[in-house]
Amino acid sequence: MATADLGKRGALPNPDVETYGEVNRDILKVLSRPGKGWWILFGLALAGVGLFLGSWFVQIVRGIGVSGLNAPVGWGVYITTFVFWVGIAHSGTLISAILFLFRAPWRQSIYRASEAMTVFAVMTAGLFPLIHVGRVWHAYWLVPYPNDRFLWPNFRSPLVWDVFAVTTYFTVSAVFFYLGTIPDLAAARDQARGLRQKFYKIVSLGWRGTDREWHHFSKAYIYLAALATPLVLSVHSVVSWDFAMSIVPGWHTTIFAPYFVAGAIFSGVAMVITLVVPMRKYFGLEKYLTVKHFEAMAKLCLLTGSIVLYAYLVEYFLAWYSGEPPERGSFWNRAFGHYWWANWTMLTCNGLVPIMLWFKRVRRSIAALFVISIFINIGMWFERFVIIVTSLSHEYEPWAWGLYRPSLVEMGILVGSFAWFGFWFLLFTRLLPPVAIAEMKEVVPPPLRGKAPADEAGAAAPAGSAT
Amino acid sequence: MTERKGFFALFEHLDATVDACKALRQAGYKRFRAFAPLPEHSLLEEGLAHKHSPVRVFTLAGAMTGAATGFAFTTWTSMDWPLITGGKPLYSIPAYVVIAFECAILFGALSTVIGLFINAGLPNFRPRVAYHPECSSGSFGLYVAVPETNASEVRDILKAFDPTELREDAEGLDA
Repeated sequence: MATADLGKRGALPNPDVETYGEVNRDILKVLSRPGKGWWILFGLALAGVGLFLGSWFVQIVRGIGVSGLNAPVGWGVYITTFVFWVGIAHSGTLISAILFLFRAPWRQSIYRASEAMTVFAVMTAGLFPLIHVGRVWHAYWLVPYPNDRFLWPNFRSPLVWDVFAVTTYFTVSAVFFYLGTIPDLAAARDQARGLRQKFYKIVSLGWRGTDREWHHFSKAYIYLAALATPLVLSVHSVVSWDFAMSIVPGWHTTIFAPYFVAGAIFSGVAMVITLVVPMRKYFGLEKYLTVKHFEAMAKLCLLTGSIVLYAYLVEYFLAWYSGEPPERGSFWNRAFGHYWWANWTMLTCNGLVPIMLWFKRVRRSIAALFVISIFINIGMWFERFVIIVTSLSHEYEPWAWGLYRPSLVEMGILVGSFAWFGFWFLLFTRLLPPVAIAEMKEVVPPPLRGKAPADEAGAAAPAGSAT
Repeated sequence: MTERKGFFALFEHLDATVDACKALRQAGYKRFRAFAPLPEHSLLEEGLAHKHSPVRVFTLAGAMTGAATGFAFTTWTSMDWPLITGGKPLYSIPAYVVIAFECAILFGALSTVIGLFINAGLPNFRPRVAYHPECSSGSFGLYVAVPETNASEVRDILKAFDPTELREDAEGLDA
């Protein structure tokens, strides 16, 4: 931005933040005192991680038979939860990369938290294929290498695409996340003391904010965002093809890729709201995460939620319109069969509840958004459960129909995965600045000679008059 | 080689820093280093001699290598152990597009990071010749190294823009 249009930064999303120094003070303060609430949550998360590892240990020792998976439903809670967490990840990249390219002015204060959420959600999701395959000590078979007769994996299989998509997604989003934090880690380094300073000194790579560093950094950041944008759209498309490439009624449809991507962003934005509302309250970040930001996220939810609801309706319409008995039967079974409760939970949480977002008063009420976001999280987990389990339980041949019931071990791993995710997110709020310091400054008026920033002028005047 | 002196000036205001850069440039001092807490374009334009960042070449080369690797890898492995299914060709380009695409993104992203590290000189753990912790918070810095004979002139130029701090620093424009 040229010096001439500095004045145009008037329409700010954070009107209460006035100086650069204030941003550093407020954000770095978060890193200094964890408080009792943080320790309680961290303890709960550790207990949950214990449940997760314990349940997995039971499965490793006693075999995959301890789960409810069997013919015909070979994909259950594990794959449901895998898709759920991969979906959660998506909004982080949307906010950090796509909204960055579109120059959305409200992304600055939420993007760091949502990007962290992305990385941790992929870390959680990535465990589920390993859990699901049962014999986890053979998990390296996922890596594409030839077997001992030099036969390579079948690269036409969507499951192999998925390995490529998810590992690429994890690597790229982790790199993008880390790169974005480097200037802020330098800011933390310049204020920290002792052991923490040593830590930040290493992880900030000796960043000094020179023109040379910023020049290449901003360019690299744009290119990474440009690469991450198609990537985020591709990853959930590939995940959806795990289903759509098969011939299972209820899975074999062309709308799956856009339907999954919209659903992923829908659930991800909801998860950002769920995480950021308590974070804002607990760490006193009200100045940075204003109602404006929440309203923008609510609109994003509304848009993607509408696409998802449309996809649900189209699916039902096409099942009827196709005239195919198995397809019709599968959808009839979804709505009125054994798993009707899952289907109606999904429709209520994802279709009905978000209708409230059409009202401005709801979009501007943080409490209401928090509650709605939890409904959406639940609904989106059930969406994947409905797609995966009900379709598999009701394929072509009536004698091959069957039911699936999640076992206690599976529920333990599902609950534990939230703790595992929470564990990383809590560590993140203690170690890395949870709001992007350098990027926040781009939406704060720069210090100019003519007009001194309000709070400095205000502080200087009484001091001057007193002496 | 004549003796060189380095000056580090810390400014409170952005426009003062930009003007100081301009004044230095006008006086013929083209090599200086600016420090800022954010990628401020008006300052970057002043401070930099090179316009285009070569990082983009790294991105392009990485992405193209990735796409080529993805295609080559999948095609070669299908040809390496010919297993004809349904009388179809040994390799399926549409299916391999997915792998090639993911490899393009992965290689492109990693080589962008390598490009950034090479061009920006990161990681950089050498002792700081010129730095001020305020530069990551709310202030802007300028570092300029000149022959000793010009030292007083440069000092006067920097002083004219009201630096909050002006100190003589060890010689060397290695930033």
